[in-house]
Amino acid sequence: MTAAETAARFRPGDAVRVRFADPPGHIRTPWYIRGRAGVVERLCGAFGNPEELAYNRPGTPRQPLYRVRFRQNEIWPDYRGPAADTVDIEIYQHWLEPRDAR
Amino acid sequence: MRGHHDMGGLPAGAIERSEHDYAHWEKRVDALMVLLSAPERRLLRVDELRRQIEGLGPGAYDAMSYYERWIAAITRVLLERGVITADELGRKMEAVKAREARS
Amino acid sequence: MTAPDEPHAHDHPHEQAHAHPPPRPDTDDTLTYYKAMEVAVRELLIEKGVINADDVRRAMEAMDARSPAQGASIVARAWTDPAYKTRLLADPSAAIKELGIEPGVYKLVVLENTPSVHNLVVCTLCSCYPRGVLGLPPDWYKSRAYRSRAVREPRAVLREFGTEIPDQVEVRVHDSTADMRYLVLPERPAGSENLSESELAELVTRDSMIGVARARVPS
Repeated sequence: MTAAETAARFRPGDAVRVRFADPPGHIRTPWYIRGRAGVVERLCGAFGNPEELAYNRPGTPRQPLYRVRFRQNEIWPDYRGPAADTVDIEIYQHWLEPRDAR
Repeated sequence: MRGHHDMGGLPAGAIERSEHDYAHWEKRVDALMVLLSAPERRLLRVDELRRQIEGLGPGAYDAMSYYERWIAAITRVLLERGVITADELGRKMEAVKAREARS
Repeated sequence: MTAPDEPHAHDHPHEQAHAHPPPRPDTDDTLTYYKAMEVAVRELLIEKGVINADDVRRAMEAMDARSPAQGASIVARAWTDPAYKTRLLADPSAAIKELGIEPGVYKLVVLENTPSVHNLVVCTLCSCYPRGVLGLPPDWYKSRAYRSRAVREPRAVLREFGTEIPDQVEVRVHDSTADMRYLVLPERPAGSENLSESELAELVTRDSMIGVARARVPS
């Protein structure tokens, strides 16, 4: 890790929750997943923060980006498919907290 | 508040499967996006374009075609960055229209 | 290489399955506000020396050279060469370079369909798509209906495309929100054991590499 990159907090298998927040601006955390809990599937690497890049700012320190896996029947109350169905979403670290943080 | 572009999970109807051939002007818009965001120019970032598209407003977002949204966004970023001015763009657009009217 | 105004010539039979329709000539279209904007911006940028007309033409040609045929060749190689498939899943950018395909700026991820998992790709926030290996996306991929529903009711969406996935197979949707671009590696269809690599590539449709369909079955 260099000063231009934030250290990774999470590892594959960690139970995480997507924070709920509602700022204006360019946000790449989809609305439907905010507040939802999932499991880290992998660390994808560290990337410039798109919320800052959207204003032509450098987006540093680069943020760890995770692929997080969610159960469909835990996201949608009316999900009718099998319990094993999942959705994988790439989420930036600053939107994640440990699932049982409270 | 959910952004108008942030539509995952919203109810929607059947998926329209017919596909349109990309018109030349649409491919040119795409080419502009690729050229201007290329590392050797860095005159815009895809993230800036997305922010502009998201900021068009629900009515415009829905009424405009995909590449209309892209050219609107490219133009806004170039204006913000000072690569072009509104004055020269306005004059050039009128000149383009006049040329077309004459042909 | 054809000039931008000419229809494409596809003389390679392999490409027939993936030939894109020729672009509509602009002279047929009326000059709308945004078309005038495109012409104006491009001319201004050329006058300022930011780009030149050759740059635009070459960028359009590079785009035209991309089509699902690239993706299909990757899949067919993976089906016939298990060592290649291992390399492809581990480091897709390096593996596609072996086939002469340039990876591009985004990180490619290959999702393997198996008897227990069927993958489906969507970008709910915009229209991120693996253009480097599939060319430009179809209109429906960018549509409100697909972007809204694929993540919430993937099996219903698949059914609309004529694809039924049994309950014992997990449907895994990938919402492409960041810098990764996803290519589905469909399952090799039964009855294809004796086909050549180029014949196999013919079975690999664009829709099977997005995940809304399976690869075609040999006739």
